[in-house]
Amino acid sequence: MTVLSFFNYWAVIVLMMIGYYCMIVRGNMIKKIIGLGIFQTSVFILFISAGKVIGGATPVLREGVDVYSNPLPHVLILTAIVVGIATTAVGLALTVRIREAYGSIDDDAIDAVEGDDRA
Amino acid sequence: MSSITELMPFIVLIPLIAGPICALLPGRALPWLLTTVSMATAFVLSAMTLAAVFDGATLSYAFGNWAPPVGIEYRVDAANAFVALLITGVASVLLPWGRPIVDAEVPERQGSFYALLLIALAGLLGITLTGDVFNVFVFLEISSLATYGLIAHGRDRRALLAAFRYLIMGTVGATFLLIGIAFLYILTGTLNMADLATRLPSTEASRAMQVALGFIVVGLAIKLALFPLHHWLPNAYTYAPSLISALLAATATKVALYVMLRFIYDVFEPGYSFTALPLSAALMVMALGGMFAGSWLAMMQTNLKRMLAYSSVAQVGYMVLGVSLVTLAGLTAAFLHLFNHGLMKAALFASAGLVAWRCGSVRLEDMRGIGREMPWTLTAFALAGVSLIGIPPTAGFISKWYLISAAMEDGQIWLVVLILITSLMALVYIARVVEIAWLQPRPDDAPAVQEAHWTLLVPVWLLVAANFWFGIDTRLTVGGASMAAEALVGGRLLP
Repeated sequence: MTVLSFFNYWAVIVLMMIGYYCMIVRGNMIKKIIGLGIFQTSVFILFISAGKVIGGATPVLREGVDVYSNPLPHVLILTAIVVGIATTAVGLALTVRIREAYGSIDDDAIDAVEGDDRA
Repeated sequence: MSSITELMPFIVLIPLIAGPICALLPGRALPWLLTTVSMATAFVLSAMTLAAVFDGATLSYAFGNWAPPVGIEYRVDAANAFVALLITGVASVLLPWGRPIVDAEVPERQGSFYALLLIALAGLLGITLTGDVFNVFVFLEISSLATYGLIAHGRDRRALLAAFRYLIMGTVGATFLLIGIAFLYILTGTLNMADLATRLPSTEASRAMQVALGFIVVGLAIKLALFPLHHWLPNAYTYAPSLISALLAATATKVALYVMLRFIYDVFEPGYSFTALPLSAALMVMALGGMFAGSWLAMMQTNLKRMLAYSSVAQVGYMVLGVSLVTLAGLTAAFLHLFNHGLMKAALFASAGLVAWRCGSVRLEDMRGIGREMPWTLTAFALAGVSLIGIPPTAGFISKWYLISAAMEDGQIWLVVLILITSLMALVYIARVVEIAWLQPRPDDAPAVQEAHWTLLVPVWLLVAANFWFGIDTRLTVGGASMAAEALVGGRLLP
């Protein structure tokens, strides 16, 4: 039961590892950005899970309810989602420009062109 | 005192508000003028702020009149003000220098270029001044996203790749920081730094707290380009427009180091940070690795800007080495080198930018004999290089002196030897440029190169002069650094 009750956190860990793996292993830049998105989303779930209060109602003030869930993590994550979208947008825009400049969006293929460029 | 508290948030707000306005301005002169005026104003405000906190005071401004810890608070002590002064000062000097160079490198849509620049600087200043950990994350991402766009403005197509790779690594770093902040929030229920600092010691030490510290340190180490997490830095600095290379080299990694110190020393108490994780040993190993690998790779480079970029990796090593000693003297040396390295790298990248502009290339083979064609630029480079190596009477000597004294005081004589060896390596790579530029003959088929106009040389020489000034009159630098170190430690016991 303890394992199941931490279901959210298991999901966070699994998603985080999927995203991270995708970012490191994939050469395709779009897939890297997808991995980045999954990675960031896992952290959003971590934050939001922390806002749940057992037995708490939705945080809208009304009569007859004493225990509310914590709304602050949701607000923070709303900001983080905006940041995440901006990151994805900048990443995709760069990918478009890289495709125009190199005719490829594969990291390894571009590395082959820019052979002398490795640090 | 109270009036400066009201004015202090404008250090961030002025560039943040000027940025979007700048994006709408037509032409070339207006965006540049707005950017320069905003940074100069922010510089004056930073200087006033530093003067107000120099005696150890702390300024606190609550946004929207929401009292902290609920509202967002800007909390400024000597440590923040010292870093803010560096950022705004270097930006104010570099912008007049950068105008014709930006004209050459980014001929179109300068409004949006300068808008990104203002937003990146606003982000860096926001990280520096804020007293709220989630605000740190947001400003970190604001400055990073603008920086990716700025790097991609480089004329070489490899600038795009450098920006993309920096985006991937930078976002991982920022997300690591967010994970750390999530754990802190879960443990304490607060995001205010000062509140965290009072609540964390009474919170039962747990694995979650350890994990939070680990994620925050690693995430910021990526932004700091601490060896071996520095891979984004050389390409980003090499292919970015010259103005951006100079500004980033002088400010971006410094801000990341400042936040890391704020977390290690202030949010977590040093007694916890350095015992919960083997931070002292880990930072020392990475610092020494960076010092040697960075200096070694800098010696191998054939591209001037890339050489300076690897040198930055090495110099970050010196700063972190000071931190890893876990003494007040070491922390003072770290802050001192943070400031002095900003000055010397700004001067070096500024003169390299003039070479790139007049000569059209920063490859060392294209720079043969250029010293006789551009004597003022290359002399500035050589003198800033003297400061980088650490020869008296320069700012670089002062920071090495304090670092070596801190190591001696800690009884670690072997570190002194290693610092001297890496300084000699710096001598090698700076001397190599001087030799190529002055002693080798200019090839007959090389295009004629003209010295840059004196209006561009004045800012570069101003930075060089600052390197020598702060090598002789150390009241501001050493005084500021020791006040900053004391503000961070705040009378707590060091382990």
